[in-house]
Amino acid sequence: MYKRQRRFDERALALQRRGWMSGYPPYRGQEGSQVGAAHALAAEDWLVPTYRSNAMQLARGVPMSDILLFRRGYPEYASDHDLNVFPQAVPIATQIPHAAGLGMAANYGDSEEAICCYLGDGATSEGDFHEGLNFAGVFEAPVVFFCENNGWAISTPRERQTASDTIARKAEAYGFEGVRVDGNDPLAVRELVAAALERAREGRPVLVESLTYRQGAHTTSDDPSRYRDEPAALPDWRTADPLERYDSFLREEGVLDDDDVTEIEDEVEAELEEAVEVAESAPEPEPGEVFDPVYAEPTPRLAEQRARLEEFADREDRRDLER
Amino acid sequence: MTAQAERELETETETMTVREAVRQALREELERDEDVYLMGEDVGLFGGVLEVTSGLYDEFGAERVRDTPISEAGFMGAATGAAATGTRPVVELMFSDFAGVSMEQIMNQMAKMRYMFGGKAEMPVTVRTTEGGGMGAASQHSGTIHTWIAHFPGLKAVAPGTAASAKGLTKAAIRSNDPVFVFENKMIYEQEGAVPTDEEFTIPLGEAAVEREGEDVTVVATQRLVGESLQTAESLAETGVEAEVIDPRSLYPLDTETIVESVRKTGRLIVADESPLSYGTHAEIIARVQEEAFFSLDAPIQRVGTPDTHMPFSTPLEQEVLPDGDDVREAIERVT
Repeated sequence: MYKRQRRFDERALALQRRGWMSGYPPYRGQEGSQVGAAHALAAEDWLVPTYRSNAMQLARGVPMSDILLFRRGYPEYASDHDLNVFPQAVPIATQIPHAAGLGMAANYGDSEEAICCYLGDGATSEGDFHEGLNFAGVFEAPVVFFCENNGWAISTPRERQTASDTIARKAEAYGFEGVRVDGNDPLAVRELVAAALERAREGRPVLVESLTYRQGAHTTSDDPSRYRDEPAALPDWRTADPLERYDSFLREEGVLDDDDVTEIEDEVEAELEEAVEVAESAPEPEPGEVFDPVYAEPTPRLAEQRARLEEFADREDRRDLER
Repeated sequence: MTAQAERELETETETMTVREAVRQALREELERDEDVYLMGEDVGLFGGVLEVTSGLYDEFGAERVRDTPISEAGFMGAATGAAATGTRPVVELMFSDFAGVSMEQIMNQMAKMRYMFGGKAEMPVTVRTTEGGGMGAASQHSGTIHTWIAHFPGLKAVAPGTAASAKGLTKAAIRSNDPVFVFENKMIYEQEGAVPTDEEFTIPLGEAAVEREGEDVTVVATQRLVGESLQTAESLAETGVEAEVIDPRSLYPLDTETIVESVRKTGRLIVADESPLSYGTHAEIIARVQEEAFFSLDAPIQRVGTPDTHMPFSTPLEQEVLPDGDDVREAIERVT
């Protein structure tokens, strides 16, 4: 149930608004698509995410507190988890060749792992999209490129991003299949991505175009009312709230009632409270931590620079510096 | 340690070219570790445009010596992804000039991936690439760009000047868990030298070699200019000037100590590197020396390199622009 993802997104936005953490990229409206896709992955499969796909990271088991801490200036793997989840890509499309390489490595090791590479419609304009998909096709990499077409890349609408009538059809040029799915139907997304992952394991990558809608801003640093009219000129099913839709579907099927919803909401609130608490009680990062992850084997120069910084930090009272 | 002393530690050596030394390093590492594989444009069936990987495809097959599409960002990115799960890709970037089209994947992805993983993933990628003018390959295939790579935190850069260091550094790069770029100067592929045959022979990253000892002036020279400087030093010895020639071998990490120790002895420094003269490798070496040995200097430090221009296609002009042993001699004469 992706109520969890919705509440996380709302809470993260609220926390950002009161200056608790730096900029945050909301995914409101895309929960059905992201959670549906994430649930199609097998335990050992890799997720190659971006800043927009936090609902997927949560569904794969990344602790809420990791995502909050990252936005508060801590390393991404704060909980030390060892899930097969790549660091979130923040430049656009750079993760796509990585996914192809992960797939090549899986083939090289005769592993059964498949890779789900998240990307947005804007990413399809980058060179890395072309080079990554081309590599996957040529080397028969077990990768599903899961492209969420949410209609917008910051202020640029999908139709100004590419003259191609669909994104899915771009797959044809790489020698593999491209398919479209209603991204606001989590069950449809899950079924389609699961089938795509099976095909990918056989050496046939797939490009999935999941049609959904970015209901909010690009990030907390922009105001979409400056560049788009609400509601957008898209069919209702694209812009409708996937959560309400799934909720009413489950009630119609008789598998969800008010009590269930209350129970779920209570669980989610408790999880959120705990995540915020974990994030708030995390010790201040030490200056030396800036140096640790740069090299497996640090260079003498870096070791000297580290020693100098630590000596400075020891000498100066940090409270004085903050003042 | 002097290069001579280092070689004496090795019981057996074989004379071979730089090209053969790199190939031997690749062959030995492919044999030693199944996680190692090569990829790049035309490295397989064709054996590489400068024939460095020649024969390896027949020995190790298409999966371990892998031809890729013409797609530099593709293979730099794929290597970054593949390395995160523990395989050890060795990528050939045909000409270092092509780093331009893959720079995002190099400087923002490969270099930072370990950091973005919070240190939880290693990044054992080796990138072999060619540098330098002298082949009449024109401005877009003759660049010396190692300064860029040495500049980005997260990457390491080595640049062999002899056959022995070509082998030892290549093997050390492949065994390193950090991304290492190996800059092979095209004009020294045919240069011969004694190379240790021990399969465990490696040269630790960050150790310079004193190729010739001398009391009067220190010449820090890289790649092709190591050989040129050694010849110059021999001819200058007849005039009574004894030059000490140091090959840093590794640009980042840089063995500052060996260079500084030499300058304390000689009081004079020449830095000879084929990269363009401004804002470059020369400047970094010189800055480090003045930080630690300013009061040992008896004369202004001299740089020998390529003027801030492009490598001409015209052979006579190219020879004009390229730094060589005569330029090193002139620089020494200016300060001794």
